[in-house]
Amino acid sequence: MSEPLLSVRNLTVTFPAGNGAPVVDGISFDVRPGEIVALVGESGSGKSVTAFALLDLVPEPGRTTGGEIVFEGRDVRGLPPADLRKVRGGGIGLVFQEPGSALDPVRTIGVELAGVLRRHRGLSRAEARRAAVEWLRRVSLPEPERRLDDYPHRMSGGMKQRATIALALAGGPRLLVADEPTTALDVTIQAQILALLRRLRDELGLAVLLITHDLGVVAEVADRALVMYAGEIVEEAEVAELFDAPAHPYTRGLLASRPDAGGAPGARLVAIAGSVPEPGSRGAGCLFAPRCPEAVPGCLAARPSLREVAPGHRAACILAAGPGGKP
Amino acid sequence: MSGPLLEVAGLRKDFVSAGRFGRGARSRVAAVSDVSFAVDAGETLALVGESGSGKTTAVRMVLRLIEPDGGTIRFDGVDWLSLPIGELNRQRRKVGVVFQDPATSLDPRMNVEQIVTEPLVIHRVGDRKERRRRAVALLSAVGIPESALERRPVEFSGGQRQRIAIARALSTAPKLLVLDEPISALDVSVRAQVLNLLADLSESSTPRPATLFVGHDLSVVAHVAHRTAVMYLGRIVEEGPTGELFRTPRHPYTALLLASQPRRSPSERRPPEGASVAGEPASAASIPPGCAFHPRCPVATARCREEVPPETGSLAAGGGPRRFACFQPLS
Ligand SMILES: Nc1ncnc2c1ncn2[C@@H]1O[C@H](COP(=O)(O)OP(=O)(O)OP(=O)(O)O)[C@@H](O)[C@H]1O
Ligand SMILES: Nc1ncnc2c1ncn2[C@@H]1O[C@H](COP(=O)(O)OP(=O)(O)O)[C@@H](O)[C@H]1O
Ligand code: SF4
Ligand code: SF4
Ligand SMILES: [Mg+2]
Ligand SMILES: [Mg+2]
Repeated sequence: MSEPLLSVRNLTVTFPAGNGAPVVDGISFDVRPGEIVALVGESGSGKSVTAFALLDLVPEPGRTTGGEIVFEGRDVRGLPPADLRKVRGGGIGLVFQEPGSALDPVRTIGVELAGVLRRHRGLSRAEARRAAVEWLRRVSLPEPERRLDDYPHRMSGGMKQRATIALALAGGPRLLVADEPTTALDVTIQAQILALLRRLRDELGLAVLLITHDLGVVAEVADRALVMYAGEIVEEAEVAELFDAPAHPYTRGLLASRPDAGGAPGARLVAIAGSVPEPGSRGAGCLFAPRCPEAVPGCLAARPSLREVAPGHRAACILAAGPGGKP
Repeated sequence: MSGPLLEVAGLRKDFVSAGRFGRGARSRVAAVSDVSFAVDAGETLALVGESGSGKTTAVRMVLRLIEPDGGTIRFDGVDWLSLPIGELNRQRRKVGVVFQDPATSLDPRMNVEQIVTEPLVIHRVGDRKERRRRAVALLSAVGIPESALERRPVEFSGGQRQRIAIARALSTAPKLLVLDEPISALDVSVRAQVLNLLADLSESSTPRPATLFVGHDLSVVAHVAHRTAVMYLGRIVEEGPTGELFRTPRHPYTALLLASQPRRSPSERRPPEGASVAGEPASAASIPPGCAFHPRCPVATARCREEVPPETGSLAAGGGPRRFACFQPLS
């Protein structure tokens, strides 16, 4: 197994609201080169804050209050500003949910791309323009030569999202962090973007941290998944194993509650009771306990930590069986 | 009464907008070109299709929040479009509505009792005490405790707000429920709760309302809709009983939508890439001639580029027959 490209340890991010309770609470995970890792969780679970924290971009008044973010052997948190700028875009590329939010409305996509190519790759003006066309072609934007001189408002959501991906990749990053890149898009366009991410991984050896709330997206593209609940990672596994043998009751609940295209009108679904706790109102013990159908009194004693339940498969539940161990 | 509860025929709406920033040529957006459907009491019809296909515009015309440019709507035995505004407002109590975003669809200044009873106040139903009793009963039906009456929307989660919106929509015992993406903005773990609630309510309500459900997630639609109509650029291109439509789509666009759904599990076989990767959606501001789907259609011919395919099959409420508009339907 190769060395991790990104290694996050005990990352903690805090906002003053909610009595300063952490919104990302000591999470740890690795991303290896060429691997697509999904960070899956519901709204408010801390996925976006995690993405921002990786590049030291947590919005005010939030603050990263603990942990290490080791990218290619160096802790991003201790880097001098000039080196940090090189990591942003050059080492780690970012794509956000709203198609086009990263695009400057008054600049053409060609000008934007050429800017990145000159900054991070040191290309001349003419070289950068040629390379920009190549990048647009690589992300399957139709008619790349013509699109080069287009402003973002002339493009559809799917085209803008592809242009954004080209922009995020043009600096030559080894890791792409994509925060819900298809959530605002139609399923038809989502299918195209997910196929594109798979292809870029295969062609460029790119690693991807794909943030999503949709287990269908996880099934579609990811190699490994991290399930996040209320600021913590509660399960981690290869996707095939996660879907076949989920170890955490929350993951099981999410999988079981999904409607099925083969379902019939009126058929009841297995719902998870209650709703996600707000950061300020998260009690002691297992955070999922108030909603967990399998909870026992012991669940409230202490916050369960991630334990290995099978090789490469971890879960934070006191009932999840360890390898050969008792539950 | 004979015939379906709601019958819509030839509905049309163009939006005309000034050019960008007030300059340039005015542009015409054909949001809904020609839409016909019917829904029976107790039945749910889903409208599905990509963003901009005209689903919301179509249902807002049924609600008369947008005045159509053409077409007819017959609802509960009356010519709905020719109702004068005063009579329309009286008849509006027969229709309940839930919109997509629970964060913005409830008035933040009202408390839950005011939100749920407002339609009753508008339609002068009951006195204060009776309305309060009705609110408590409705809230309990959607799983919200009586203690919520004095509280405001901000104090509730998205799923709870959507339950409150559903209680409000049901307050006047409507004959027609219009649900525009009612669970799309909810947390994944609470979507099933609200879907179960909708199923329970549609079975327990008397009379059972007809429901128009706008959605984009086909697996959700399978769970709520008896019949599904697929919209593309302002037209219904295929309609049929939901299960049958999903198992054997006849229109290539329906097949594309189905192939684009993410798999349920990584062990399911992925459809061949070509099945779902098919070009850019056109915009309602520049609808291609002929069959509007032809630039993305894998089996388009010269004829498709020139002629609008006529509808095959018959318009029938209550399951049964199917219709589609394609020169080369899939078999
Ligand atoms: N008030 C308006 N003025 C101008 N154009 C409009 C207006 N409302 C809708 N449109 C246009 O009409 C078309 C249909 O829009 P509509 O909102 O009905 O689509 P939809 O199917 O509900 O999409 P979504 O899935 O995004 O909700 C789109 O091209 C839209 O931009
Ligand atoms: N700018 C901010 N100010 C205050 N709280 C924030 C801010 N951004 C995020 N949060 C809080 O942090 C938590 C995690 O948010 P986020 O990472 O955006 O969740 P996700 O992306 O998983 O939906 C939430 O409780 C959210 O309210
Ligand atoms: S620790 Fe207890 S409450 Fe938490 S998920 Fe496991 S069984 Fe449920
Ligand atoms: S009419 Fe022609 S272009 Fe339209 S869906 Fe059928 S085959 Fe395709
Ligand atoms: Mg987010
Ligand atoms: Mg809509």
